Amino acid sequence: MTTYGRGLRGLALATVATITAALALVFFYAPLDADQGFIQKIFYIHVPLAIVSLCGFVLGALLAIGHLRTGDRRWDMRSYVAIHMALIFSIGGLITGSIWAKASWGHWWVWNEPTLVSYLIVVLMFATYQPLRFSIEDPERQARYASVFAIVAGAFVPLNFIAVRLAQGFVHPRVLTLAGGHLPGSMRVTFLVSLAGVALLFATLWKYEMTAKNARMQTRALRRMLLGEDAVRPIGRSAAPL
Amino acid sequence: MRAALTVLRKDLLLELRTFETVPAMALFSVTTFVIFHFALNRATIDGQLAAGVLTTTLLFAAMLGINRLFVAEREQGGFDAFLLAPVDRTAMLVAKAAALFAFLVVLEVIAVPAFALLLLGPSLGPPLPGLIAVLALANTAFAVIGTLVSAIAVHTRARDLIGPIIGLPLLIPALIATARAAGPLLAAHGSGSPPAKWIAILALYDLVFALVAYAVFDFLLEE
Amino acid sequence: MTLILAAAPALPLHAAGKYVAGAYIVFVAIILVYVAIMATRLARNERDIAELMRDLKARDQAGAGSAATREREPVG
Repeated sequence: MTTYGRGLRGLALATVATITAALALVFFYAPLDADQGFIQKIFYIHVPLAIVSLCGFVLGALLAIGHLRTGDRRWDMRSYVAIHMALIFSIGGLITGSIWAKASWGHWWVWNEPTLVSYLIVVLMFATYQPLRFSIEDPERQARYASVFAIVAGAFVPLNFIAVRLAQGFVHPRVLTLAGGHLPGSMRVTFLVSLAGVALLFATLWKYEMTAKNARMQTRALRRMLLGEDAVRPIGRSAAPL
Repeated sequence: MRAALTVLRKDLLLELRTFETVPAMALFSVTTFVIFHFALNRATIDGQLAAGVLTTTLLFAAMLGINRLFVAEREQGGFDAFLLAPVDRTAMLVAKAAALFAFLVVLEVIAVPAFALLLLGPSLGPPLPGLIAVLALANTAFAVIGTLVSAIAVHTRARDLIGPIIGLPLLIPALIATARAAGPLLAAHGSGSPPAKWIAILALYDLVFALVAYAVFDFLLEE
Repeated sequence: MTLILAAAPALPLHAAGKYVAGAYIVFVAIILVYVAIMATRLARNERDIAELMRDLKARDQAGAGSAATREREPVG
């Protein structure tokens, strides 16, 4: 029986340490940006959220490939949790991006920031993952179709960024750039630590969610074994194989 | 290959005999042009605006066709019959995509002249070859993505809803490329050739998603 | 490249500060909402396991102690 709880405590502690260090660096060490001033500090939470969520979507696609190749539905569960987590992180990324746009440009949404626009499209794409999943009743088929969708959507991500980037005229100034686009050393360190912190947070929450789902699944299996098939209520919205 | 041709022939014959899909798509397009006239309050449009209106209208008309693509298979056991036959399963993908492509071509033969008549300011003659090239690539994108999305959607409960909400975001890069490629073509003093950058993007998109669809389609047909 | 080095960690309380704070608060709020959801699920699972234990105990007693192993008392 697979367990996911092992190593979870160590991972969580590492996450706490890294995020605390990152926050300390952001507010006590990183210098103020020449152009944007204090507002630029949002960069250290927005960009890591965005990067980690995009990687999470791609990870979900890779895990889905694992599911289709092996037929083992635990891979599908891992893929589902990865995409679900990435979607939550990406909503955080969108909100922080919007706050940054409002603070530096005056509008809650700007169309001339190609990365943010591509990001919105990717989020819209993956937001359809759950409605699709849970509108298919047969669990086997549900898992298979969800995996197919995850793979197609994963292939979509890079193409989308390329297309949107090209669609922007080069006349409009980018909103969310840093001083000349270069990161001075102290900012780079802060950024990397923040990135590491958010990545560790994703890993921790993924493991946490998998542990909880697994425990629930095993409880249901126990119930089924001890009390028979009828004692187990049908599962609502879940990607668990049992 | 022969299996694909057989299924394609079946679909084209079905459409010829029942006239279910393509007339509806064409009628929808023409009505949409009328609506755009009132919504934009313009007698003629040109340039990027015209390209945008044309692309969007063709997209939503294509959605109508996409929703109906696999319904007959689902309701009359066509999937089971196909699975029992000793043929390569991707033949269904090729056949359905080709059928959808054919429907879109017929649609555009009706809708594009209608567009030129109703809304387009500049004449359609000079940009026509470029426009045909752009629309051919766009049709391929609609066909591939449409078949994939339709095959996914036909087994869900909310069939007609799932198709568009999955398909539209997936098609956004193709739409951007189509509209931007057609923009300079339909401009008042337009050039005859579409910008190469966007043609390249469309071609790349078609290639990537054709390969992805080819790789995953088998899994959609399993029982 | 001119950079102003922030010597002291004094947070400016004009408008910019509010937006930055807002962004980080969103981050914290998302995490805490997730913790709350997980707490609910954990509580539900604990309830289910308790119910299973109860059912098993009842079955054991009905079976007049025929089980080979004794149940340990759950840690209160």
